[in-house]
Amino acid sequence: MTAEVRKIDGDRVDDCLLEACAKVDRGKGETVLDFSSVRRVDAKALRAMEELANLADAKAIKIGLRGVNVEIYKVLKLVKLAQRFCFEG
Amino acid sequence: MKGAAMLTTEAVSEQTSTLPVRKNLNEDRIAYLEGLVSQARTAAAVFTQYTQEDVDRIVKPMVVAGLEQSQYLARLAVEETRLGVMEDKALKNMVATEFVYNYVKNKRTVGVIREFPERGIVEVAEPIGVILSLTPITNPTSTVLFKCIMAIKTRNAAIFSPHPNAWRCCHEAVKIMYETALKFGAPEGVFTCLESHDLQDNAYLMHHKDIGLIDATGGPGMVKAAYSSGKPALGVGAGNTPVYLEKTADLNMAVVDIITSKTFDNGTVCASEQTVVIDDEIYEVVLKKFADLGAHICNEKETKLLGRTVIDPKTGFMQPMAVGQKAIDIARAAGMAVAPNTKLLIAPIHGVGPDHPLSVEKLFPLLAVYRAKSVDEALKVCVDVNHFGGLGHTAVVFSRNDDVIRKFSEVINAGRIIVNSPGTAGALGGIYNDMVPTFSFGCGTAGGNSTTDNVNVYHYLNIKRVARRTPAHMWFRVPNQIYFNLNAVENLRNLASVSTVIVTNPAMEQMGHVDTVRRHIPPQTLVHVSVIPDAEPEVKVVMQGVEALNFYKADQIIALGGGSVIDAAKIMKLKYESPEADLEELAAPFMDIRKRVVEYPTEKIKHARLIAISTTSGTGSEVTPFAVLTDKTLGRKVTLADYSLTPDVAIVDPQFVMSMPKVLTADTGIDCLTHALEAGVSILSSPYTDSNAMQAIRLVFKYLPIAYEHPSNEEARSMMHNAACIAAIAFSNAAVGVNHALAHAFGARFGVSHGRANALMLPHVIAYNASVPTKFMPSPNQRGYIAHKKYATIADLLGLGGNTIEEKVKRLIAATEKLLDQLAIPQSIAALGISREEFERAMPDLAKIAFDDPSWRSNPRMPLVSELVELFWSAYEGRGGGTGAASRPHSPREASCI
Repeated sequence: MTAEVRKIDGDRVDDCLLEACAKVDRGKGETVLDFSSVRRVDAKALRAMEELANLADAKAIKIGLRGVNVEIYKVLKLVKLAQRFCFEG
Repeated sequence: MKGAAMLTTEAVSEQTSTLPVRKNLNEDRIAYLEGLVSQARTAAAVFTQYTQEDVDRIVKPMVVAGLEQSQYLARLAVEETRLGVMEDKALKNMVATEFVYNYVKNKRTVGVIREFPERGIVEVAEPIGVILSLTPITNPTSTVLFKCIMAIKTRNAAIFSPHPNAWRCCHEAVKIMYETALKFGAPEGVFTCLESHDLQDNAYLMHHKDIGLIDATGGPGMVKAAYSSGKPALGVGAGNTPVYLEKTADLNMAVVDIITSKTFDNGTVCASEQTVVIDDEIYEVVLKKFADLGAHICNEKETKLLGRTVIDPKTGFMQPMAVGQKAIDIARAAGMAVAPNTKLLIAPIHGVGPDHPLSVEKLFPLLAVYRAKSVDEALKVCVDVNHFGGLGHTAVVFSRNDDVIRKFSEVINAGRIIVNSPGTAGALGGIYNDMVPTFSFGCGTAGGNSTTDNVNVYHYLNIKRVARRTPAHMWFRVPNQIYFNLNAVENLRNLASVSTVIVTNPAMEQMGHVDTVRRHIPPQTLVHVSVIPDAEPEVKVVMQGVEALNFYKADQIIALGGGSVIDAAKIMKLKYESPEADLEELAAPFMDIRKRVVEYPTEKIKHARLIAISTTSGTGSEVTPFAVLTDKTLGRKVTLADYSLTPDVAIVDPQFVMSMPKVLTADTGIDCLTHALEAGVSILSSPYTDSNAMQAIRLVFKYLPIAYEHPSNEEARSMMHNAACIAAIAFSNAAVGVNHALAHAFGARFGVSHGRANALMLPHVIAYNASVPTKFMPSPNQRGYIAHKKYATIADLLGLGGNTIEEKVKRLIAATEKLLDQLAIPQSIAALGISREEFERAMPDLAKIAFDDPSWRSNPRMPLVSELVELFWSAYEGRGGGTGAASRPHSPREASCI
């Protein structure tokens, strides 16, 4: 099965992530979130990502993150979310 | 001594330090605390993405908000705590915002914060994460404002745990700071304040894995709990500020400063003055000035009354009810009648300690005074106060005598020693002096703290040092003048001298070399000859030579001979010019000549030019900064090394080596080759030394066999003489290596000449250095391990062929073995007639001595003792007679070059 790639808009990160959550909740396939246009994440985005990770765990599917910059990667490490996603590229 | 905060946090500290973390905390409370930490952790993580500009955009409006609300927050604090003076607390809030901002506004706290280009060091800030911030009752809102600004400036999140009796005002201060910060872009959840106070909360949070730092400002119990938690902590404790009012002080200024400070916020600042020690000569005048400005001077009875009232007789500490209260209220509580405008109570005391209750810390407007008969007594009483609960905190001295100020600062242990200024505002910093503004005073180890600093933004950062590789500064030193080629000795004619002493040995006289030299010295020069034995110089011989130099008032020394004579002359010159030089001390070991502990004398009472004329082609002592001396009384050799020992002039004239016997030609020639090869691969080698080393190697391979077979060949002799000098220039600046360490040990033990001992080791050492090291030597000037490549370069220089580095190294080893064979150097140590059993018996000592030898410290490969043993055995077994057999692996892991 080919993973669905969803682009995360850098200007509306929280909304995009919530949309991704809904999609994951409905779907079954693998999802890749493209963060290449995201410069920063805030607390809301992190909460959405945590929810996303929880959903993925519940549905036993993989969520990949693509194009994550190192600053955001460090944030994900600090809040211990990094280990819950697969990173591409 | 304990501060006011201690009075209400003592219970907290006892529980936090002794009870299991979760005991008495219900699940709801734990969930609440976990939520706080999680929120702060997320905020701190998000904060790591912020730039300096982002941060500074948030800090400034926070400061403005703090300033605008300073009176409001002060009023809240006084109403809630019932301590201090509203107007003073408002001022404290302003200092905590405006003064702190003035200090931090241009400070870099994100990314690169400092650069030291000349050192190749860059400092980069890393936030701490989540800070648990405990705040006191005495300075509640100002401390909160201060810590909020520091946290935002450093991209940290903070959880505030205020003193329970100052909870509401602190909560409000945090709220004001948080709302402003959030408005200007700070991460959500960056500040939180415990919603209510539970004695177990602090203990739980102090032990929480996601708390990065505890910043505990308050009483000793709470500070101790913070430090005991096992978390990194900034603990700022209690004080007992001694003040020395010395007779030269500006008394009007001192008295006003002390009153200003001690009455500020009713004395709640822990840096405020506690006991003033006054010189006898000014005591009455000072007390009158205090009285004139509104202080009440207590009599003996009043002092006793106060002691019983404001000090707890059981604990010896101040009573809570007195903290931050007005002087008249304290007097009233003690049953004293004082004028209604009394702003300060002054109680004369006659000693310090438990028997003198008022000598403790008093965070209210009551000041103890002590009349001292002398400076000595005054300083001792100040020390007593300092040690009676005030260690590491603050001390004050008023004096115009710099010696008194210096002495005071030496004997008092305080993080802040405030001079001619009030303690309170002086310690806070930025008002009366240029100290860093703060609301947390580090009290150093004596105060149970980790710092003596005024706590500031840099304490809220992990500072990462990015240290770039910086090449060590290298050097290349040679004598001022080197004259070479046949008849170079004629240049002596151009070297003016009134009195010259020729240091030489009997052989030189017999061979007529002394007369040759004399003929070339200008006729007007007085010439004296000092003949020394033909052996390594002894201290006694050197000192006799120095006597001759003194007797003849020599301005020039000519050393004519081999290495021993030249070494003797170097040391004679040293002792002649600097008689105080201690040879044994100067021989102290060192690792880096530029960082050596013992320095050679630079002040000289006389000066004599040293001219070295070498009569062998090996040691190159005429250009080296080394000299070896035998101390028979100590039974050991002393090696001196310093560029000041290098002769001023070297004369490399082959006429003095034409008659060298074959064995000496071979041994000294191989010594020269060893110098060049070891300098060539040394970790101290440089392009400057390489050029000399390579040239010397080329000359040795070409001319040594000729000089050996045809001793009268002038060209060969001349080139070998040059080679020895050039190789010596190389190793004078790049040093030698493990070959010399082995040869020194072996030669000394079995009485084998230095050159021959070197020769026996040489092929084995080349193979060893060209192999993969078990341990690399630190070598900042080299990019990777290059010894094998340099050997290959040498092979190329010699035209030995080979396609790979490994092949080239093997051919170099083979060429070296062939040369040794041509010179009839024995193939092995065994061939010298040393039995295997004898060698085996000697091995432990040999290995130990070789390892102790400083020569290998510039070797490209760090030798293990076991490897030294292996090398000795390789040399014992011997080389392959020009087949490169010495390149057989020393162990399986060293089977190939790298």
